[in-house]
Parts: sequence; structure tokens; C-alpha cells
Amino acid sequence: MEHILTYMTFIPLLGAVVVLCLPRENNTLVRWTAFAATMPPLLMAIWLYMNFDRSTDAMQFMERVQWIPSYNIQYIMGIDGLSVTMVLLTALLCPICILASFGIDKGVKGYFALFLLLDTGMTGVFCSLDFFLFYIFWEVMLLPMYFLIGVWGGPRREYAAIKFFLYTLLGSVLMLIAMLALYFHNDPHTFDMLILMEKSGSYSRDFQWWAWLGLFIGFAIKIPAFPFHTWLPDAHVEAPTAISVILAGVLLKMGTYGILRLCYPILPLATQDMAFYALAVLGTWNIVYGALCAMAQTDMKKLVAYSSISHMGYVMLGMATLTPQGINGAVLQMFNHGTVTAMLFLLVGVIYDRAHHREINGFGGLASIMPRYTGIMTIAFFAAMGLPGLSAFISEVLVLLGAWQYDKILTVIAASAVVLTAGYMLWMLQRVWLGPVNEKYTGLPDVTLRELATLVPLAAIVIILGVYPHAVLDLINPSLLALNQTVLSAIPMEAVAQLP
Amino acid sequence: MNLSSVESLAYSLPELILVFATVGILMLDLLITRKRILGELALCACGGAALASALLAGAEQGYLFNQMVALDGFAIFFKLFLSLSAFAAVYMSLGSRELDNEHPGEYYTLLLAAATGTFYMASATNLLMAYLALEFVSLTSYVLTGFIRASRRGSEAALKYLIYGGVASGAMVYGMSLIFGLAGSLDYATIGERLLVPSEANGPILFIAVLLVLAGFGYKISMVPFHMWSPDVYQGAPLPVTAYLSVGSKAAGFAMMIRFFYVALSHAGAGGVWATIEGLEWPNLIVLGSIITMTLGNLAALRQDNVKRLLAYSSIAHAGYILMGFVVLSDAGLRAMLFYIATYYLMNLGAFTVLMMVLNNSDREDMEAFRGLAWRGGALPAAAMAVFMFSLAGVPPFAGFIGKFYLFAAVIDKEMWMLAIVAALNSVVSLYYYARIVRTMYLDQPLKSDPVMTTDWHSGAFAGVLAVGTIVFGVYWRPLIDLADKSLVFFRG
Repeated sequence: MEHILTYMTFIPLLGAVVVLCLPRENNTLVRWTAFAATMPPLLMAIWLYMNFDRSTDAMQFMERVQWIPSYNIQYIMGIDGLSVTMVLLTALLCPICILASFGIDKGVKGYFALFLLLDTGMTGVFCSLDFFLFYIFWEVMLLPMYFLIGVWGGPRREYAAIKFFLYTLLGSVLMLIAMLALYFHNDPHTFDMLILMEKSGSYSRDFQWWAWLGLFIGFAIKIPAFPFHTWLPDAHVEAPTAISVILAGVLLKMGTYGILRLCYPILPLATQDMAFYALAVLGTWNIVYGALCAMAQTDMKKLVAYSSISHMGYVMLGMATLTPQGINGAVLQMFNHGTVTAMLFLLVGVIYDRAHHREINGFGGLASIMPRYTGIMTIAFFAAMGLPGLSAFISEVLVLLGAWQYDKILTVIAASAVVLTAGYMLWMLQRVWLGPVNEKYTGLPDVTLRELATLVPLAAIVIILGVYPHAVLDLINPSLLALNQTVLSAIPMEAVAQLP
Repeated sequence: MNLSSVESLAYSLPELILVFATVGILMLDLLITRKRILGELALCACGGAALASALLAGAEQGYLFNQMVALDGFAIFFKLFLSLSAFAAVYMSLGSRELDNEHPGEYYTLLLAAATGTFYMASATNLLMAYLALEFVSLTSYVLTGFIRASRRGSEAALKYLIYGGVASGAMVYGMSLIFGLAGSLDYATIGERLLVPSEANGPILFIAVLLVLAGFGYKISMVPFHMWSPDVYQGAPLPVTAYLSVGSKAAGFAMMIRFFYVALSHAGAGGVWATIEGLEWPNLIVLGSIITMTLGNLAALRQDNVKRLLAYSSIAHAGYILMGFVVLSDAGLRAMLFYIATYYLMNLGAFTVLMMVLNNSDREDMEAFRGLAWRGGALPAAAMAVFMFSLAGVPPFAGFIGKFYLFAAVIDKEMWMLAIVAALNSVVSLYYYARIVRTMYLDQPLKSDPVMTTDWHSGAFAGVLAVGTIVFGVYWRPLIDLADKSLVFFRG
């Protein structure tokens, strides 16, 4: 298992090539091949989980190869507590999404090949420790995403796809400039994130500010933080179910992951200065704004999309606090939101496949028509609301605990927003699943085995992490405490010079 | 070394091959009836010239033809590149339906003659030689542009090209005469030495002279405000000629411009950093040119419905990007330029090849000709086109991104933030129109009336090779950057 991260990253790509070579007529074969290609990464992820050293904050499973030596570009892979959770999440969600995509019957080969390419890009982003490599993987995700939304999406897919692409590219090019500025700031020039982190003390405050802003805008678009969020509702509504799951489950996390991986350790001074306005205030605003928008929606998918904006606000608030609880809560929330939102989108997809619309007011009394479905749905809804005993509760409480030590006003606002969340969730629950039965839909079949296979593993994780959060917290804690310490202990260069 | 005319011939094999082929085709045209052989002969000549250029790589550096042209790493790089450009143009012409039944003998003669001219543009080290080479390429290009006599648009384009070209080269030759008056020499290296000594000469007159010379270069590389001819000419000319103008002739223009500005108007310092001669801050002028060129090119391309014209504006925008490497006065910038020009070859010629396949198939070159291309038998051309478009937009993992990366790196190393940010925003804007073509091919459904795309192996193979190259150099570009690095040798006596 020496090159496990490389295998995890590139096996899906290999799968994509194989899928492209399969005969066009045999859709079943294409589907199962794609599914098989996501299995080795999943098994390796389980192996990683068992063998991950939980006592250290150092990078593990490192690989290092020279790529373009004349420019000091390297192929460096490695994971720590922060990235391992994201790698696990990606490896878990990809097979689930492939299963959820079995209903696709237009351009099947293209769809699954692009999906596997996307898988490679996502895993690569979380594993790469060379900034250049990180950037390549980051951008590689854009192309399949553009086509997956644009070709297989809903009625306004073209608009949504190009909007997503343009927004993200805008963020990327700013990131590219910041990346090059960092590269030339070190002598010898390097993209190696570990060296960039080590040298973080030698960057002046002004430089850190500008670089931080460049990186932050790129990441904020991905989170998406207000006011860069407008691409998200469009992309989510138009994307096919599985792509929405990936979008909300993994892609949004890349924004906050990037901030924690790059902005925090490499630009700690700027992080100290910016955390309040750019992360805490904006994050709280995200929580409230997302919840209020969600409440106004009549389309289920749009509602879930806005709830994502709201829930990602907790991540931003948690990491801004720079307290052990807050930052642990933030990363745990990233993982939990990944599983919970994935469930919500899958559930909406199940109804959409049957009724071919997602109007909240167009249903009623589904609980009596689809009982098994309603059972699983309740777990997801209550998890999203932050009910004790389910995973999201723990992470939100940790975030709020951290936030209380940091800024009481913001904490009060963020905590009250939980009421709004309960409001829109319960209101949707009432309108769709309870109340008088809509006669039109009495014949709807309950969830199929395949749909259950996508939902049950996620539901199990949601419950387990609600009772035993240490399953994830143990992984992330050492790395995050070290990261937190790095940011807190950073002092300006001028001050370093005055030390005795 | 400094060779006389006769001795120089031993080092002029690429040019000799082209010249003999030019004359040979002209004569064979009278003898044979199967005219396709003429094109194939031209193709062999271009291949031979490329091979001969590559073989020159080991030769001793020096002056040829009594200090008229230089034989150095820089010249050899461009000779190789320009013969490959001519090769592409000939290859595309062989597959073009537009050019069927035109006069192939004259056509290939002119094309090879233009190619010979570009070789001397890249290697001239004397103002007179540079001017002659530039005019030679221009004159042949005018005829090539209007080569299809039945095309009114072509004739109009040729006339416009001629008039703009005449004005630009007139301005240029006037500027050159001023420089000759100031420096007392036409030789680049001598001009550089004489102007290095601060004197009254390095005042406004020198600035005006350089500005006038810039008109000539700017016209060749279509830099704003000397770009006005290019959209019309690109649209009106036969497609292979357009492709050649946008890659070959433009690259020769850049080569000539680099040699003039770096050898005659700057001097190399330590560590790959160059300095301008005192009192002449030409980089500031060209920074402005670069910014305006890329912005104008991209904004104008947004609204084009004719894909050929769209690619013309995109080509203007790319000239703006390439100029980013020109203004930083460092080896890193020059290396980035050479690298970008090489990647531009792959992706831009690729785009033109796919466009030609569509044009051959449907006799149309507007956006609608691409509608649903992927779903009506054109899956492979559409995939190749998507690769070229995303590469042109500068998205990884394609070669275009690496090219842009090096340009950005050179600019940021000099801390020219303004230029970097403008270029970054331009990349985003450009994505919109490149993605529009991809969207039309993939996201739009074909109508019943759209013709089924027939397989054309001749052009398809070429597009395939270019697409593979675009991807390979996007992932492993070390050989290409090393080549660019080695080619940064200017012989100056």
C-alpha cells in the first residue's frame, strides 16, 4: 500500500478509459463497470481509516516525485487529519452516486466516464500537497462538471452550467495569481505546501493580506459564501440528482478545505486579521440568509440547496473562532453536512423520478403512500435540523461552543437560526408527507432496493456519528489542534526581529 | 563565425529546400495533370525543411550572408516551428474543399515562398534584411488571401490587407530610416552598441522611430491598434491560409520583434534579466498594447456568430497574452513566449482543422454549423474541438494552461500585478465564447436539416494528432520547455 493515494486518485480515471472502450449498446455493463471502478477507492478508504495514525499531526502516506524539475514542480501526495475525512467522504459518496445514476439513459458512456473523471479530480484535490498539482486537480473537476450539468441537467441546464463554470474559473484565476505570488516569494521558488507552511513566518503582513484575499475569493465562490453564492441554486436545481449530491457533498467542502489547508497555515497573520469579517460575520450571515431563502422556496431541490448555504455557514463560523472546539466542529460539520445533504438530495431525487416534479405544494400525505421512504427521510430531516442523537447536532454544538468563546452576539444569531432551520424543514415535511393524501400520487411505488442501497449506508453513518462522534473526531483532532496553534501563535516579522 | 554569401549556403539547407521546391512546383505544374502531386511535393518540402532545421541545431552559431542573418538557437527554433506551420498549412490545403479546382501550382508556390520569407524574418539581424523579409511575406500573403477568385469576400479582404499592409510597412521603413540616422548602422548589434552610450539621440526622436517601427511589427502580430485588418482578412481568406496567417506569419512577426527589441534596443544583464537602453522605456508602451489587445480581442469575440471570425478575434487576444512575456525583459518571459507560441500552434491549428472539416461537410462556418455536432456523427471532431477550445481558454490539463501559466509566472515574478489581473479576468471572459462553441456542439440538439457529419480521415487524423499533443503537453511539457530554454540564444557578434 505504498502508493495508496495515487491508486485512489487514478483508479477512477482508469475506469473512465475502460468505460469509454465498452460497446455502446450495453448500458448495464457500462453502469456496473463504472460502479466497479469506484469500489477499489472505497475499500482503500476503509483501509486508510483503519491504518491512519491518530496520534500525530504529521502528513501520512506521503509520496513525492519530481514532475517538472526545472520549475520545481513536484507530484506530492499526502494526507493528515483534515484531508483524510474528505478523502473518506469522496470515496463513500462516489459509488453511492453511481448507483443513484443508474436511471440515466441518455449518453450513458459519456456520463459515467465524466463522472469517474470528476472522482479523480476530487480525490486529487484532497490528497495533493503541491500547490500546482492542487490547482490542476481543482480545475480538472470543472470540465466534467460543466458537461454533467450541461448535457444531463434540467431545462435551464445550459445557463446553469456556464454560470457555474465562469464563477469557478474567476475564483481559480485569482487563486492562480496568489499561488504564483507565493511561489516567487520563497527562495528557492517552490509550490511545496509543506515548505510554504514552514516559511510562513517570513511573509510580511501586507503580502499575506493580498495573497489571502486572492485565495479566499476562489474558495468563497466554492463554499459558496455570500455574495458569491448565486451560482449554487441554479446549478443544484438543474443538475441531475447524483451530481447535486456530489456538488453539495464534496465540491462545497473544497472551499472550506482550501481555506484550512492553504490560508490558515501559510498565511496565519492574515487569517488572524481576516477571520472575523471574512469568515465569522460572513458565515453567520450565510446561516441566516440561507435559512430565510430556504423558507421561501417552493421547489424541494432549491430548498435543500439553500439549506446547504446555511449549513456551510456553520463551518465558516466554526473555523473562524480559532478555538479547539470550533475548528473541530467545523471539520466535523463538513463531513456531516456531506452525508446529510447527500441524503436529502437523494431523497428529493427519488420523488422526482416518480412524480417528475418537485413542487412542495404539489404533494400531500406521502407518508401513507411510501412508508419506508418516509422513515429514512425522517432521519435525514431531523439530522439536518440538528436533532440530538444524530450527527449534525454534535458538530453544530461544537461550533457554537467555540463561537461562544469568540463572539457572543454572533453565537446568539447563529443559534437562533436553528429555529429557522427547523421551520423550513418541518414545514416542508408537513406539506409533502403529512396532511391529506393527494389522489394523483396514490399509486407511487415505495423505494426500490437500489435506492435503499444508496440511502441506508448514509443513514447508518448519520446515526453512528450522532452517538459516537469520536469515530471522526479522533482522526481530525491532532491535525486541527496543531493547525489552530500555528495560526494563534503567528507573530509579525517585525516582532520576531525584536525578540531577544 | 561570419560567413560570406557562398559559404552561407551550406548552413541554409532549410531555405534551399523550400526555394527548390517552390521553383520545382512551378515548373512541374506545366508538365503534369494530376495536380495533387504538387501539394504532396510541397508537403515533403516542408517536412524536409523541418528536418534540416532540426539538424542545424548542432551547428556553430554565427552570422550568415555578410551579417545579414544570424544562425543561432533562437533562429533554429523558429525555423523548425515555421516549417511545421507551413507543413500544417499545406496539409490542410490538401484536405480543403474550398481550394479544389483553384490553381494548385501557383497556390503552393506562393505558400512555400511565404514560408521562405518567414524564415528570414526570424533570423534577420539587419534592418534592411528584416524589412525585405517582412515585405516578401506580406506580398505573398496578399495574393494567398484573395486566392479564390470567385469569392468576393476574399478579394475584399486581400485589398484591405494590402492597404493596411502598405501603410504599416511605410511607417516602419520610415522609422527604420530614423534609426539608421541616429545609430549610423542597419546592423542590430551595432545599433545596440551605439545607442547604449547615452546621447542626445536617445531622446524623443528615437522614441518616435521605435513607435513607427512598432507599427510594422504590430501589424504582423495584429496588436491593437494595428489589428484592424485581421478579422476581415481571417474571415475572407481560404481557411488554410487563415490558419497559416494566424500561426506561421504571426510567429514570424513575434520572432522578428523579439530579435529587434532585445538585440538592438536592450542588453542582457546577469541572471537572465534584460535592461532597456537608457531613455527608451519601450516595455511600458507594450504593456499598454498587451492589455488593450487582449481585452479588445476577447470582448469583440463574445459577439461573433461566424466561427472563423471568432477565431480571428481570439487570435488577436492571444497576441495580447503572448506580449505579456515580451514586456517583462527576462529570459523567463521570452521562454514563456516561445512555449506559448508552440502550444498555440497545437490548439489554434486544431481549432481551424475542425472548423475546416465542418466547412467541408456543410459549406458553412457559422455557429449553427456546429449545432449538435457531437450527436450527428461528429463525436470525435467535437471531442477534439472541445479540447482545443478549453485549451485556448487556458483550462488545465491542456497545453494552453501551461503556456498561460508560464506567462503569468513571468509577469508575477516582475510584480506587474495590474497586467496579471487584467489577463486573468480576460481568461474568464474568453471562456464564455470558447464554451459557447462547446455548448453548441454538445448541449444543443441537432435539427433534422443539419447534415450528418461524414468521416474525413485526412483532416481527422491531423486534428487527432493535434488534440493528443494538446493533452500530452498539458501533462508532461518538460521536453517543450527545455527546448524553449535552449533556444534563447541570440548571436550578436
